[in-house]
Amino acid sequence: MMMEAPAREPVNFAGLLKDAVLAAAIAFGLFSLLLGLKTDQTLNNQMVLVPRPGLLATVVGLVFVGRFLIGYWQAINAGKIKKRKAAATPLALKIEKYGTAAFVGFLFVYPMMVLGTAGPSGAIKWIDNFGIQILIYIMLGWGLNIVVGLAGLLDLGYVAFYAVGAYSYALLATSEPVKEFMAGLVGPTFWPLWAFWICLPVAGILAAFWGVLLGFPVLRLRGDYLAIVTLAFGEIIRLVLINWVEFSGGYAGISSIPRPSFFGVPFNATESGFAATFGLEFTPIYRTIFLFYVILVLALITAVVSTRLRRLPVGRAWEALREDEIACRSLGINTVNTKLTAFAIGAMFGGFAGAFFAARQGFISPESFVFLESAQILAIVVLGGMGSLLGVVIASIMLVGGVELLRELDFLKAYFGDNFDPAQYRMLIFGACMVLMMLWKPRGLISVREPSVFLKEKKAVSSDLVKEGHG
Amino acid sequence: MSTTEKAPLLAVRGVKTYYGNIIALKGVDIDVHEGEIVTMIGANGAGKSTLMMTIFGKPQAREGTITYDGRDITRMPTHEIAHLGIAQSPEGRRVFPRMSVFENLQMGASVNNLAYFDEDLEKVCAIFPRLKERLQQRAGTLSGGEQQMLAIARALMSRPRLLLLDEPSLGLAPIVVRQIFDVIREVNRKEGMTVFLVEQNAYHALKLATRAYVMVNGLITMSGSGKELLSDPQVKAAYLEGGHH
Repeated sequence: MMMEAPAREPVNFAGLLKDAVLAAAIAFGLFSLLLGLKTDQTLNNQMVLVPRPGLLATVVGLVFVGRFLIGYWQAINAGKIKKRKAAATPLALKIEKYGTAAFVGFLFVYPMMVLGTAGPSGAIKWIDNFGIQILIYIMLGWGLNIVVGLAGLLDLGYVAFYAVGAYSYALLATSEPVKEFMAGLVGPTFWPLWAFWICLPVAGILAAFWGVLLGFPVLRLRGDYLAIVTLAFGEIIRLVLINWVEFSGGYAGISSIPRPSFFGVPFNATESGFAATFGLEFTPIYRTIFLFYVILVLALITAVVSTRLRRLPVGRAWEALREDEIACRSLGINTVNTKLTAFAIGAMFGGFAGAFFAARQGFISPESFVFLESAQILAIVVLGGMGSLLGVVIASIMLVGGVELLRELDFLKAYFGDNFDPAQYRMLIFGACMVLMMLWKPRGLISVREPSVFLKEKKAVSSDLVKEGHG
Repeated sequence: MSTTEKAPLLAVRGVKTYYGNIIALKGVDIDVHEGEIVTMIGANGAGKSTLMMTIFGKPQAREGTITYDGRDITRMPTHEIAHLGIAQSPEGRRVFPRMSVFENLQMGASVNNLAYFDEDLEKVCAIFPRLKERLQQRAGTLSGGEQQMLAIARALMSRPRLLLLDEPSLGLAPIVVRQIFDVIREVNRKEGMTVFLVEQNAYHALKLATRAYVMVNGLITMSGSGKELLSDPQVKAAYLEGGHH
């Protein structure tokens, strides 16, 4: 539409005004009851209606002015044809190339930097809430990216594999028979110290197994149907965990899960603990820093594996499957195996992340594996741009780190009263972000798909130029 | 003819295919001999594409047999059929839109693990110079004709003995249709490729064909050489009126 008007037309102020009045009228209709009246209690427990004309007028006025300004902005830009920046596309790839190394380097020194600036007690928050939390979501995003971004299988139940990983580790590590068996085999102190390192691969394998199990019944489904089944799968896993109390502890969850050791050296204040062994003063920060590096390495493994896989035949087959299943089949690609490997490998990384999560928390319950988690991981993948590793990183920092930052906005209480909790508005902000994304970057923050093979030089075409593939 | 003495490369015998309870093919017999271009013409919904897909095992024939090079492939899974040296360019082109032309061609060669990739890439680029210019471009940005060329090129990358083409002229401008048919003829003459072609564009398809079949409502109603059918009054009345030129 933008391209149709070559000559600059005068701005139609009457029309704009009409639009704005209409919008204000709709806003008034919507909000007159929602905002204009408030129910309150008198001392005698009677309900009274408190009219709030000031608030209503403010909101309606904002809508009026906002609509007018948007219309004006659209009108003055109507004649202009947007020039596509040819240079912008390779730039994104360049950032991905050089930025990645710098960013990984930054992550490795991040805990030290924070420790130096904030001190041991202040640093925990920055390393744990920001560092570890974001890295877990980056890892989950990269894992789901294999299923959704590469293979194009819309999975709304990814948190199920996260749960499988977490419960696998928690149940194995706290299980008495396993503990006794290992005590008989290699001594009583072995299992609590090494459980994490032994269970980590086991959790991944079990999650992969569940991925295949989910994969089989959904082989013939695509798009929305697949999404519904995976959504149900995630809920089933959660409900089983809630209701099978003898197995999983139900709502009470599993507590006192052994924490990871520094390859056999525990993080505690005893003689044989980490601090004493290395001649340091005991503080809990060492464990946090160690956990940070563990999840960093796990996430990097996920990234390396998924970039490598993309260049292998199986990765190419995933991408081809995303584009067109029928064409894949006629080219001799075994679509069954291709889908199952995508589900299995994606689930495996979810399982690793889950085991790490259980070890970090020391306590898990089904509350941590609700649909909202799946939605958030999917949102990270979609927001970042399907298939883009860097996009997932940016989206995780925005969504997870952003929510954490909201908790920091205490000064807002000065304006909105003591009951104001900015973190409660996170879903609102989350939603607004999504809407804005769909308006401005409908294919995600990083929408450039880097070809997995090149003839001579790297060259990419922005996906904006390509019509939407289906699936 | 000398070709009839040898066993056909592809033999379809009494094939019946159903979609649920609805019968789409009511007992079809087809022979395709090595080195031929065999075309099948028919109206919309006659069952042409169904036959094409049945040969490729999706949907599978409920009755009858399909033999390729002496092997029964009636019940074989689709991806295994592709490994026997049959390549298909499916209806509606179906290139991978977000992958580059190069990657699309690579996918075509995945059947033989890229063993002959460089060699075949050069060959295909010689046949389709337009694709050579656009190797790094996304397939979705190609024109319809170029996408059809890519679909055929991708099928050729698997070094097939038998090339199945499902309506390569679909939705293309007449001049592009002519180019596509020229290429099919060239591939057949130069490489000795056996081609089985399903088309609605009867005039071009019959001109190209060594032999041809006419399908009506899931049954073969006529067969003969391409020239015979072109001059047949019934075929003329049903498929050539209105002049496809």
